[in-house]
Amino acid sequence: MKFSVALAQISPVLGNLEKNLEKCERIIEQSIRDRIDLLIFPELTLTGYFIKDIVASVAITRESPILKKLLEYSNRISIVIGAVEETPDFKFHNAAFYLEGGEIVHTHWKVYLPTYGLFDEHRYIAPGNKIRAFDTKFGRMAILICEDLWHPTAVAIAALDRIHYLIGISCSPGRGIDTSDRLGSSITWERLNRTYAQIYSIYVLYCNRTGFEDGINFWGGSEIISPSGEQVIKAMYIQEDFIHTTLSDRAIRRERITTPLIRDEQLHLTIQELERIYRERFED
Amino acid sequence: MLVEFIRNEVERVGFSNVVLGLSGGIDSAVSAFLAAEALSQEHVWAILMPYKSSSPQSIADAKEVVEATGIHSTLIEITPMIDAYFKRYPDASRLRMGNKMARERMTILYDHSSLYHALVLGTSNKTELLLGYGTIFGDMASSINPIGDLYKTQIWQLAEALGVPKHIIMKKPSADLWTGQTDEDELGFTYEDVDTLLYYMVDRRYSRQELIELGFKNTFVDRIHGMLVSSQYKRRLPVIAKVSYRTIDRDFRYARDWET
Repeated sequence: MKFSVALAQISPVLGNLEKNLEKCERIIEQSIRDRIDLLIFPELTLTGYFIKDIVASVAITRESPILKKLLEYSNRISIVIGAVEETPDFKFHNAAFYLEGGEIVHTHWKVYLPTYGLFDEHRYIAPGNKIRAFDTKFGRMAILICEDLWHPTAVAIAALDRIHYLIGISCSPGRGIDTSDRLGSSITWERLNRTYAQIYSIYVLYCNRTGFEDGINFWGGSEIISPSGEQVIKAMYIQEDFIHTTLSDRAIRRERITTPLIRDEQLHLTIQELERIYRERFED
Repeated sequence: MLVEFIRNEVERVGFSNVVLGLSGGIDSAVSAFLAAEALSQEHVWAILMPYKSSSPQSIADAKEVVEATGIHSTLIEITPMIDAYFKRYPDASRLRMGNKMARERMTILYDHSSLYHALVLGTSNKTELLLGYGTIFGDMASSINPIGDLYKTQIWQLAEALGVPKHIIMKKPSADLWTGQTDEDELGFTYEDVDTLLYYMVDRRYSRQELIELGFKNTFVDRIHGMLVSSQYKRRLPVIAKVSYRTIDRDFRYARDWET
């Protein structure tokens, strides 16, 4: 099935739900006019990244009017958006919602919360406990958030769960200058996106943010990578950008006929060996 | 705890003295009393730095603190430096004048830090630090601050306990930058009110809605929240543009007491 997809590479305002929602609404309305079918925003779209002690005051619940408003739009356009979700037992998750047909089709809570280097996520955020694929109007998908994608096991789970499209959203800080023409952080990301797309014969839809928070830049460079590992579209580095293209599962089919790696995955063997490793490592 | 803090912070970096600006107000009086107790009077240097418009009562009160604690003191008028500079800007606002005076005093304190081999002792309280009611790199600058986590109303209580002269405790708080200035007039609320609000807002993490349910006016809550947010920069290091994998204060993190 053919559909048009857009990556909204924006720079949210740190800790200002209203302004960020306003910005998203403008982009959503323009995208509806441009006949975009699926619109993807970056990680923590509604809140900004270094939320620290702001977490509790920018968190939204399932009943939030903000989510209701976005759900209304989702009758006309499918939306992936990042926010902090507060659970009924008052935990705070770094969440991504897939909204379609007036419903929350899927919620992913970021599993891997980096708490090293410049990161402090686990101090403020509760980790997710699931990685699940889900069906949409356009095919089967999974969402992973930033650090999740640096764990190939997380991507393997999504791939083995029979996805066509992997949506990766991030707030990736730009860092690492050397003799290369690109930042160290962007080199790693671009390598990962191409590798995952190719070895699992999937489209990788990667939406990063831009802007600065406390001197830290988010490098943008959002992209869509084809099942053969080629770049389909690429957004600007550093600057806000909006890019879109049309996708279908045809290229996935062709790639899986030519190189049926995912067909040949031995799930049973993998589980058997992982269970053995688990027993050996964690049981006496 | 505060006395032990001063002793520990001074000695761990190989110092034995502190220097502080003594205004005649309650905050610097409390800091001076604490320092005298921590390090003994001969290791504490108070600098009195009045401008020509400073109230004579302030200088008298500062001298009384020096008497009561037995610490060293020096009087350095800042009028010549300030007036020399503002000859260029005869129409300068009170705000610019006030900030310049605060920073003039800071440079004098840091010069005496070198002269006496002494750390600069801060005298900003939690209320003014949170509200940003101070001059960045001026009175907000110091090496160690024993009273920065105490609200103004707590300073009043501590001053009683330390034996700070009664009339210094009782007088209206003032930055004394111009005649008749008082903090509460300038801010438009009392320390009693704002400290109660800040306690619930900051220390107890009450939401806006919860604060209003406690009986605080929404305009007051919003104004104080606005002051907190807009003065955040004063409480942080200057922002550094990150390019490497180890940026000072981001992923280059060591305790200040690193190897001391």
